[in-house]
Amino acid sequence: MKTLSQLKQLEAESIHIFRDAVSQAQNPVLLYSIGKDSSVLVRLAQKAFYPGRLPFSVLHIDSTWKFREMIAFRDRFCAEQGLDLIVHSNEEGRAKGVNPFDYGSRAYTDIMKTQALLQALKAGKFDLAFGGARRDEEKSRAKERVFSFRDRHQQWDPKNQRPELWNLYNARVNPGESVRVFPLSNWTETDIWQYIRVEKIPIVPLYFAAPRPVVARDGQWIMVDDDRMRLEPGERPQERWVRFRTLGCYPLTGAVESRAATIEDIVAETMQVRVSERSTRVIDHDSDSSMEQKKREGYF
Amino acid sequence: MNTIDTFLNEHEHKNLLRFITCGSVDDGKSTLIGRLLYDSKLIYEDQLSSLQDASAKNGTTGSGEIDYALLLDGLKAEREQGITIDVAYRYFATPQRKFIIADTPGHEQYTRNMATGASTANLAVILIDARYGVVTQTRRHAFIASLLGIRHLLVAVNKMDIGGYQEETFLQIRQSFQDFARKLDIPDIRYVPISALKGTNVVTRAPQATPWYEGPSLLEILETVDVSSDVNQRDLRFPVQVVLRPHLNFRGFAGSVVSGTVAPGDRIRVLPSNVTSTVARVVTADGDLPEAFAPQAVTVELDDEVDISSGDMIVHENNRPQVKDRFETVVIWMSETPLKAGDRYLVRHAGRFVKARIDAVLYAVDVNTMEQCQAESLGLNGIGRVVVETTQPLYLDAYAANRATGSLILVDPLSNVTAGAAMVTEDVFVDADTPRVVGDAAALLRDHVDRREFHWETGLVSAKDRLLRNRHVGKTVLVTGASAQAVQRFGKELELRLFKLNLNSYYLGYASLARGLASDVRDIRSEHDAQVQRLGELARILTDAGMIFITAIPEADAFTVERLKVLNAPSELLVVSLERDARRPVPAEAALDEAVEIAQNVDAVLALLADHRVIPEYCI
Ligand SMILES: Nc1nc2c(ncn2[C@@H]2O[C@H](COP(=O)(O)OP(=O)(O)O)[C@@H](O)[C@H]2O)c(=O)[nH]1
Repeated sequence: MKTLSQLKQLEAESIHIFRDAVSQAQNPVLLYSIGKDSSVLVRLAQKAFYPGRLPFSVLHIDSTWKFREMIAFRDRFCAEQGLDLIVHSNEEGRAKGVNPFDYGSRAYTDIMKTQALLQALKAGKFDLAFGGARRDEEKSRAKERVFSFRDRHQQWDPKNQRPELWNLYNARVNPGESVRVFPLSNWTETDIWQYIRVEKIPIVPLYFAAPRPVVARDGQWIMVDDDRMRLEPGERPQERWVRFRTLGCYPLTGAVESRAATIEDIVAETMQVRVSERSTRVIDHDSDSSMEQKKREGYF
Repeated sequence: MNTIDTFLNEHEHKNLLRFITCGSVDDGKSTLIGRLLYDSKLIYEDQLSSLQDASAKNGTTGSGEIDYALLLDGLKAEREQGITIDVAYRYFATPQRKFIIADTPGHEQYTRNMATGASTANLAVILIDARYGVVTQTRRHAFIASLLGIRHLLVAVNKMDIGGYQEETFLQIRQSFQDFARKLDIPDIRYVPISALKGTNVVTRAPQATPWYEGPSLLEILETVDVSSDVNQRDLRFPVQVVLRPHLNFRGFAGSVVSGTVAPGDRIRVLPSNVTSTVARVVTADGDLPEAFAPQAVTVELDDEVDISSGDMIVHENNRPQVKDRFETVVIWMSETPLKAGDRYLVRHAGRFVKARIDAVLYAVDVNTMEQCQAESLGLNGIGRVVVETTQPLYLDAYAANRATGSLILVDPLSNVTAGAAMVTEDVFVDADTPRVVGDAAALLRDHVDRREFHWETGLVSAKDRLLRNRHVGKTVLVTGASAQAVQRFGKELELRLFKLNLNSYYLGYASLARGLASDVRDIRSEHDAQVQRLGELARILTDAGMIFITAIPEADAFTVERLKVLNAPSELLVVSLERDARRPVPAEAALDEAVEIAQNVDAVLALLADHRVIPEYCI
């Protein structure tokens, strides 16, 4: 009897999802967040349409507060991979100088990420957007569909999701509505790391430990990535060996102390640390079920 | 670091088991799942104890108990909010295998959720509370599992600790489940006595607690059950998802092998074109394959230039699925709007959408008793046997033989919501051409018209295009009355007046039918019916073609008029009656006095046509 290893099964499933979505959508796009899951997502998309090019663009929502290393990586990666990159920022928000310090993480995230994403989706008339979310990331994601329906206001209503049976996905929408598709739904953190390892997929160096200038805030290490960082009175950046478990806007992304310089080191650490991956993202602490809230509002 | 290296490589090469957990509230499902998730991590911790200091460095307190409780709290919180109308997917791994659990809580929505979770599962864990034994829900869970084609059941008799681990209790429950399970088509059923709370026989065997039980622990069963033969490895089915044409020298058909195998050199056939060819290459980004099998996602190149589009299916030349546009299914209904005969849906099957119509609801099945009962419709969470008809043939296998090509979903064409799931069965009723469950002749005719319209193939010229060109829409006018002479004269006069107004009109005498369209009808008894039928079909075509079609039937009875109305659908028939006295033979839109001058009567009908927006006002 022929069987596929579980990682090959996940890969096959993701490729199937990519192709299925493309066969159903009028105008798909891939939401590219620069993180490791996005790197894996791009690799799977490339495999799905090999030897052809990706039949869609990749869209990055630049909140203007990303780590500098992320942006550098993005431009290098997209050029190397021959991706058609669209970068969108909320220009109105940028002009107003919206930042995480004065506006607080909720308002800032809403304006510079959620609103920016909605603008970009509308401008591109995209009816289907691929995202790199996984079900094991967070509790509220466990029941997320692979094809997740968004209404006219790009909102996610947990009560209005379609039953999903077998691999018969339904991407049909009426004008103005759209679907988010998550090809990595069934991948776990360990799967992602092993795939990056065996496929030699490039990822942002911030995932690996290095001495970086950080300040301690609310029990997390926040990196001082550029001189826009507002320091509290008496606060002084100190150099620490840290790495990031997830990547986002630098003032809102906590680092963990670590010496893990390789994927093996990271996995070894991860297996010991039972904090949910997203607990290092500051936005999640704003309210109890904030991820659910963000989703309803259209983020992701 | 060597340990991690090995760990990751082992992790990659494990195989995968997808299973579903079923139990009534308080049977201990959360406790069991929590334990599996938690204990599987402990296994690794033991194995990787050399890395213990890494956690200390991180400064995060990750004491086991806390996580365990958190996890359970999460499951509990969801349930208390009452929003768990959904399937949650959870992941864990042991050194042997990786697992995906479809966790389906909730009771009202149980059928829908369980069917969703079961559709991708290889195995179902059925929890039974040892104190209550096999209850209605137990039977329901097992029935849905069997319906969705699950071949492996693991019956976990939980809370064995409460009664002091009595062997008798376990044996009794096993016996009563076995008795009932005979009716189900599940080849592999195992039984294990456990205590989810205490961990008895969950991860490791507990000979102290259950010395009388010699079988494996629950997790050992999960780790070793062989599901490789669950996939159909015999019949190649390759639905083409995308045609890849990156440059002139490459034309590949991308898709997943959903069953069977495909290799270079294989003789294949393409559906629906029936063209045959040979596989040249099986391409993947990681190099060509000597053979591909389910569920691999590949790209097939053929020896010949074959015209194939997305939604076509590649099969082996001499191993064809059934190609059908009318077939029987078992439907699980998931929408608030009930399913009934005549309803229109979209079917999604093997990567394409096709228009569908519910031909008949044959019967419903009571999910608790598994008994058939008469039903006209299926409500939310209803299960029943349904005949589905599609505008284009599907390439089907029975669900029992092939889960991938035997499954389909029904999608509401307006809201686009997934309204139901269906599994293709062997045809029992369809082939015998038996019960169209329709009572009388009128219903039969409506059913005929409904089907006719469903399958009607339209051209590229729309009704609106015709209106713009013709300045009027199509309409059938039936003239009737006591005097044959009067109705014929009136019909012809109406035709002429319309024609002079530059409108497209055509008069057909009823008598002409007998010598023309209906000349093949020999049976005197059904002659009139057959003629009316043909007239109605003709009227439908001519109206659709944009013609004002006039026909005259003296003394048409109500039955005839009704039939013509039905046959003329979707357009509406205009009935004009020439009367001699107050007596009205048929309900007519225009009841005219036969004695009035003919031109005046024609004016009246023209006014009516203008009123109905058939012809423009300025014509009159
Ligand atoms: N004594 C005993 N209690 C159990 C066992 N498994 C679960 N319980 C208890 O039964 C109750 C319901 O368990 P829970 O896992 O929440 O059930 P669920 O509703 O099926 O998820 C809780 O109080 C558990 O502690 C068991 O094996 N033995």
